[in-house]
Amino acid sequence: METLDMPETSEITEALWTPVCKYTELEPGRGVAALVGGAPVALFRLGDGSLHAVGNLDPFSGASVISRGITGMRADGTATVASPMYKDVFDLATGVALDAPEVRLPVYAVRRHRGTVWVGPDVTSVSDKDAELLTMATSAV
Amino acid sequence: MVAHRFVSSLLEHAQDDGRPAPAVTVFGAEDRPAYDRVRLSSWFDDRDPAGLHLDPYPDGAVEVVAPATVASVDREAQTVTTADGAVRSYDTLVLATGSRPFVPPVEQHQAPGCFVYRTLDDVEAIAAYADGRATGVVVGGGLLGLEAAKALTSLGLQTSVVEFAPRLMPLQVDDGGAAALQARIAELGVNLLTGTRLDRVLVDDAGVACAVQAIRGEEAVTVEADIVVFAAGVRPEDSLARAAGLDVGERGGIVVDKLCRTSDERIYAIGECALAADGRVYGLVAPGYQMAEAAAAHIAAESEGRAFTGADTSTKLKLLGVEVASFGDAFGAAEGSMAATYSDSRRRVYRKLTIAPDGRLLGGILVGDAEDYGTLRALVGEQPPAAPEQLLLPAGAAGAVSIGPAGLPDAAVLCSCHNVTKGAICTAIHDLAEKSDAEVTPKQVGLCTKAGTGCGSCVTSIKSLIKSSGSGGSSGLCEHFTQSRSELYTIIRRDRITTFAELLAKHGAAAQAQGQRAVNDGCDICKPAVGSILASLGGLLAEAAGTGRKPHVLDGGQAALQDTNDHVLANLQRNGSYSVVPRIPGGEITPDKLIVIGEVARDFGLYTKITGGQRIDLFGAQMADLPKIWRRLVDAGFESGHAYGKALRTVKSCVGSTWCRYGVQDSVKMAIDLELRYRGLRAPHKIKMAVSGCARECAEAQSKDVGVIATERGWNLYVGGNGGARPRHADLLATDLDDDALIRTIDRFLALYIAEADRLERTATWVERYEGGLDRLRSVLIDDAEDRGADLEALIAAHIDAYTDEWRAVLDDPVKLARFATFVNAPDAPDPTVAFVPERGQIKPLLTLGRR
Ligand SMILES: Cc1cc2nc3c(=O)[nH]c(=O)nc-3n(C[C@H](O)[C@H](O)[C@H](O)COP(=O)(O)OP(=O)(O)OC[C@H]3O[C@@H](n4cnc5c(N)ncnc54)[C@H](O)[C@@H]3O)c2cc1C
Ligand code: SF4
Repeated sequence: METLDMPETSEITEALWTPVCKYTELEPGRGVAALVGGAPVALFRLGDGSLHAVGNLDPFSGASVISRGITGMRADGTATVASPMYKDVFDLATGVALDAPEVRLPVYAVRRHRGTVWVGPDVTSVSDKDAELLTMATSAV
Repeated sequence: MVAHRFVSSLLEHAQDDGRPAPAVTVFGAEDRPAYDRVRLSSWFDDRDPAGLHLDPYPDGAVEVVAPATVASVDREAQTVTTADGAVRSYDTLVLATGSRPFVPPVEQHQAPGCFVYRTLDDVEAIAAYADGRATGVVVGGGLLGLEAAKALTSLGLQTSVVEFAPRLMPLQVDDGGAAALQARIAELGVNLLTGTRLDRVLVDDAGVACAVQAIRGEEAVTVEADIVVFAAGVRPEDSLARAAGLDVGERGGIVVDKLCRTSDERIYAIGECALAADGRVYGLVAPGYQMAEAAAAHIAAESEGRAFTGADTSTKLKLLGVEVASFGDAFGAAEGSMAATYSDSRRRVYRKLTIAPDGRLLGGILVGDAEDYGTLRALVGEQPPAAPEQLLLPAGAAGAVSIGPAGLPDAAVLCSCHNVTKGAICTAIHDLAEKSDAEVTPKQVGLCTKAGTGCGSCVTSIKSLIKSSGSGGSSGLCEHFTQSRSELYTIIRRDRITTFAELLAKHGAAAQAQGQRAVNDGCDICKPAVGSILASLGGLLAEAAGTGRKPHVLDGGQAALQDTNDHVLANLQRNGSYSVVPRIPGGEITPDKLIVIGEVARDFGLYTKITGGQRIDLFGAQMADLPKIWRRLVDAGFESGHAYGKALRTVKSCVGSTWCRYGVQDSVKMAIDLELRYRGLRAPHKIKMAVSGCARECAEAQSKDVGVIATERGWNLYVGGNGGARPRHADLLATDLDDDALIRTIDRFLALYIAEADRLERTATWVERYEGGLDRLRSVLIDDAEDRGADLEALIAAHIDAYTDEWRAVLDDPVKLARFATFVNAPDAPDPTVAFVPERGQIKPLLTLGRR
């Protein structure tokens, strides 16, 4: 059994998780869209096997297209996706738009259990803390 | 301009010394903030005066009074008085009044329709007046006159230039240079009348200018002119100084010493209004800036270190698209000097260097090819590192030596506007590179050193220094690859690489730099670029691997490389819906097929529009509906039109000899043959073609990447044309080709473009920058001089063999089909953000609000 580390937030219960598809249905590097609790979510399996889920609505165009973007990795290891509409690039871990940090996609928890991919609650605020830590870590270098 | 530099420099001095800045008041007669007059003509590009504004002064540091013309100076009382009577006292007064245009005092020179070319007001007035008028005359064939001529041509006027001297630009170039320049400019449709003296302006009954009369040799010529622009030189604006009793030169100009002080030591004069200590009036901005620095240093710090004793009048300009440079002792006036010249009257290139008896470089003139101007100018006074004859040869010619700025001594001045040495520029590049990992840009170097922010002619040299320092400006594709697109193409073809992952692992930037953190993914720049190369080479690679089956762009490893439109083989529109374009080869379609398109559009509720490329675009398809739409189209005999790909789009045609009374060849058949031959061929950017049935050119082939025009004896082939934002007329590559030769040449052209162009570079830019120009392109493609013909043709042959319809291949493959589900866990649910409202009997997107 493989799971990704879950943030320890009391609200998170099993009921908040939605099974979305089989892990093997996901083409490495090519996203899919999923409906999770009525919200469109973009789900990615990257070349290294990791899973990411962010909001599918591109805040710059208002269109539901993030899942059709190209994934990438910056030299510092940041995994990204570029919206196909106006090519804005987002950090997959925090949802933050790299060139407009005030704009961000919601980030969802995601995990793989017995071959199925599950999308969990919105963890944007938690990933925010990650982002702070991340920036502190990089600026300390 | 010079005043602005002076004030900025004065404030900097105060800041450097930690003193409070002196109280500065600037009076300006023009109702504008300070702007860049050197780039005045670029106003015609976007008509935005703000684009020319110079950096504003820091808040509160300077009082700007404009518009306000200073009418008099009272030296006794140390006051100035403006035209509306305001009086202001001064401790120090600096005159930077520039020049006024010289208008020859011919009859009717003030008639409506006569203009000068000096200020933003002038260009705005010219543009407004030219609207709806047809002809223009520019008086003066120097720098200013040619800029004005360019402006008039860009306003759509049939333009003539009247120049008194027997050649153009008499101050900057010699006979040989002028001949090359004139030939080029005449090609652009400008009518040149050299050796011609303006006699009078002729007016119509209403007293408005309608023509000019001029004398050429003995005869009088009349040239129609709805608008007359005087660009016959300038005179120093020294009237204030004269009235105040300051010394002025015999031929104008306020007399100053080397610290730019006038005959009253409380008054300075700088820029074009000053007669410098070396007895010259400088009509260029760089010497003006040096005077500004000299005066500011003296006023602020009593320093005599920046004294102005004379300046270089080197210039490099792009006049009507022709590069013209003149530097140092261009005419070889120095005693005993010798000259070496190179001229190519076919390419209209002329290059001359003047050399002292001891071998030092004195100066030169470059017309048509002035790429290395920065380097050569900086070498003035030095022993050049190679024989002058070798330096003269155009880049790429056998025996040519290109030294480049890297070979210059550190003390060489590269930016003469701001007097910045190569050493200072290299230090700045080094420091910038230390500070950040990002690429160093010429703009950053400009912010640190000012280099390149004046006339801009040294920017090429700065770029080249950045490149040779390894701090960016490289031709590398992105942070993941240090290679250019063309280098990656060569690697992929040579090593038969078939996946992005393999290329990244073996040749990526991280793979090359040992010990770096593993970057195992690319980005939205390199992935589509490599995806496109893999698709271009698909046929060849499959052939080599013996599989015979060309991979599909949505196959496993490749599917994740496809950008926006290629991602789903349709064109993404603003609300996230797609448009679908079936191929209609040559624009020829049967009524039955037209009906099918109509039915499909009706049944799926699509908006239909005829495209510029003679086909039909169906808009508003949900992603999940794409396969269903394709099914209907494919069953009716249609296939993908590749409107979504960086690939061949359409081959537009006229009806040609079959129907048209004038046609000399069957243009429709040729267009269909070409479209079916190259359909699906992926390239660095989209490719458009057209075939016209005779010289009347109804298919507009000369605006296409590949244009074919029928002749009595065969076909003329044009390449590198473009419409769109940067229109370019295609170049005539070959004439009177038979069908086989035509197709062979197009095969080679496309294959060479695919092999060598940059990412997202259209053929127009690629042809324009092709090393060795059109001549070399011809020798490679037609004479096969570099022995690449067979290799190039092999790419196209393999492509044709392996071609399959991309839509049908998706319909036949359940794995690919599954990717078109709206939601992976609700495949049939519609996308709620895609909605439409009616307009003019069809649909239009109901826009969801985004930030853009
Ligand atoms: C179309 C064009 C192209 C050019 N191209 C080049 C080029 O490629 N390279 C190059 O080196 N140079 C070029 N020049 C020349 C360059 O613009 C001048 O050398 C430069 O502008 C001189 O600066 P200046 O400050 O001395 O004069 P100006 O820029 O003319 O400034 C003088 C200012 O003083 C104002 N003024 C005058 N009298 C009074 C008064 N009594 N009271 C208040 N204000 C007054 C004027 O209205 C004007 O705004 C070009 C010029 C033109 C017109
Ligand atoms: S280009 Fe010539 S052949 Fe073709 S339609 Fe025009 S006139 Fe006729």
